[in-house]
Amino acid sequence: MFRLTDEKMFRGFATFLLTTLTVITLLPIILIVIASFTDETALISNGYAYFPKAWSLNAYYYLINQGKLIFRAYGVTILVTLVGTLASVLFTTMLAYPMSRKNFKYRRILSFFVFFTMLFNGGIVSSYMMWTNIFGIKNSIWALILPNYLVTAFNVFLVRNYYANNVHESIIESAQIDGATELRIFWKIIMPLSVPVVATISLFTALIYWNDWLNGLYYITKSEYFGIQNLLIKIMNNVQFLKSGSSNFLGVGNMNLPGTSVRMAMAVIGILPIILIYPFLQKYFIKGVIVGAVKG
Amino acid sequence: MKKVIKKKNRGLTKSGPLLLIALPGIIYLFINNYIPMFGVFLAFKDYSYVKGIFGSDWNGLNNFKYLFKQDAFLIIRNTLLYNFTFIILGTIFAIIVAILMCELGEKFRVKIFQSSLLLPNLLSWVVIGFIGYAFLNADTGFINNTLIKLMGSGKEVAWYTTPKYWPFILTIVYLWKNIGYSSIIYMASISGIDKSIFEAAKIDGAKKLEQIKHITIPMLKPTIIILTLMAVGRIFYSDFGLFYQVPMNSGALYKTTQTIDTYVYHGLMELQDIGMSAAAALYQSVVGFVLVITANAVVRKVDNDNALF
Repeated sequence: MFRLTDEKMFRGFATFLLTTLTVITLLPIILIVIASFTDETALISNGYAYFPKAWSLNAYYYLINQGKLIFRAYGVTILVTLVGTLASVLFTTMLAYPMSRKNFKYRRILSFFVFFTMLFNGGIVSSYMMWTNIFGIKNSIWALILPNYLVTAFNVFLVRNYYANNVHESIIESAQIDGATELRIFWKIIMPLSVPVVATISLFTALIYWNDWLNGLYYITKSEYFGIQNLLIKIMNNVQFLKSGSSNFLGVGNMNLPGTSVRMAMAVIGILPIILIYPFLQKYFIKGVIVGAVKG
Repeated sequence: MKKVIKKKNRGLTKSGPLLLIALPGIIYLFINNYIPMFGVFLAFKDYSYVKGIFGSDWNGLNNFKYLFKQDAFLIIRNTLLYNFTFIILGTIFAIIVAILMCELGEKFRVKIFQSSLLLPNLLSWVVIGFIGYAFLNADTGFINNTLIKLMGSGKEVAWYTTPKYWPFILTIVYLWKNIGYSSIIYMASISGIDKSIFEAAKIDGAKKLEQIKHITIPMLKPTIIILTLMAVGRIFYSDFGLFYQVPMNSGALYKTTQTIDTYVYHGLMELQDIGMSAAAALYQSVVGFVLVITANAVVRKVDNDNALF
């Protein structure tokens, strides 16, 4: 009897603590959402608050009407995320698959080649010099896709381990006996078997591309190539920048810029897709974190 | 898992086509990761934009001498202190959260809590910088406008120009973003503990807290040691976003917010001092390399299965 109470008490205690922690974790995010719906004058006199004196949709109205820059930045981010994730999944699985084949001659040397990138790097300075001086990607869409994220050792090993544990040599052997080429085996047999691990690395990679601002910070100076994150950085420093893209678009160019709330509305728009999509993909995310942590 | 031991027989497998499949990835890693490794010679040059990468004059160790005479102490101290704090507090909080989660027992509740605690980890540092701004901004920030008034002290703080608060702010932000993520790994290892051990303890009359103290935490020890060692291996690296976006790159705060990574960025992009930032980056890479190798050697001693290599 006593033990049961002890367990129940602890369960109640755990629920209470975690509820508190969850509320503390979510409150900062809730503040920017509320701020984005707050009336500009109320914001200026009372600051960002959880219970604003007056509500308003002006920030979003402004963004929709004057948001040529924003739509463009959204487009850039979506394009970069799609192309980057697709290319990344293709390159990563293609590199990981031979590494998982036990009778592939260069298996060990290839694994070391990938692994060494985790141990040592040349640093951002030489990487920056290479991308700008040799490949000339500054101020191009390539600058947002190519540097850093396309193939990472972490993802390659994640996929390689998945293949090593889930693909039986016998399937491959029987396909070889039937005369299938290696490329055909990869495409027709391996790819369909990869769905769970591809889901995991796509999610990781898409998140990285969606949230990336570093490549933009280093390689982009022209606003036409700004993704949503770099546009956010720009308007944090200078909210008036939003006006530069409006140029009387739809004839509302003279509308007052609600600078204080518009900043937060922009941030909300930046995280909206993540919040909408994430609940459906959480299990892949968590699986990937666990598998990746155990053996990177 | 079936384990068929056969003779090393490459059978029908030809290496050529497989290598060809791997080629795009190999080329990418060669360009993105290996070519810059050879670029570290920039740290030994007096870089000039006119003369270019190869034409610039060599200047031996001067970049390093200058770096260590000037800023090295501050940026290394900041990087190390922050990382030590993050490792210690991050581990403690992650374990507490993981233990609490595993005590809930009910799947649905776990999912709700876990999703919420993970949410900050999915936000970009830029957005987190915005959230920080909503709280800390001197004129319209929540803390100056509401919290300080509520507490009755009435003294507004210019957060973005007062360095002494930032070690606390950055630690809070770090924990806020990362606890949910790092607790996942500890949850996984707690759920891997044999349930019958807890049953036996219960029969012996051990209370929940005693079970945690004498079973859960000792069983987590290998995971804690390994994750800590891996973090120590990366102790010379800092999360650039945390130290650049959250303080809004405010120059007044450099004393407490500048780490090796933000220093390299300033040198490269703002001061255009290529030689010096290359020197700092190379120093970071080399020390980082040594530390990772050392950490791994220690991990292998502790638990061979979890060594990286």
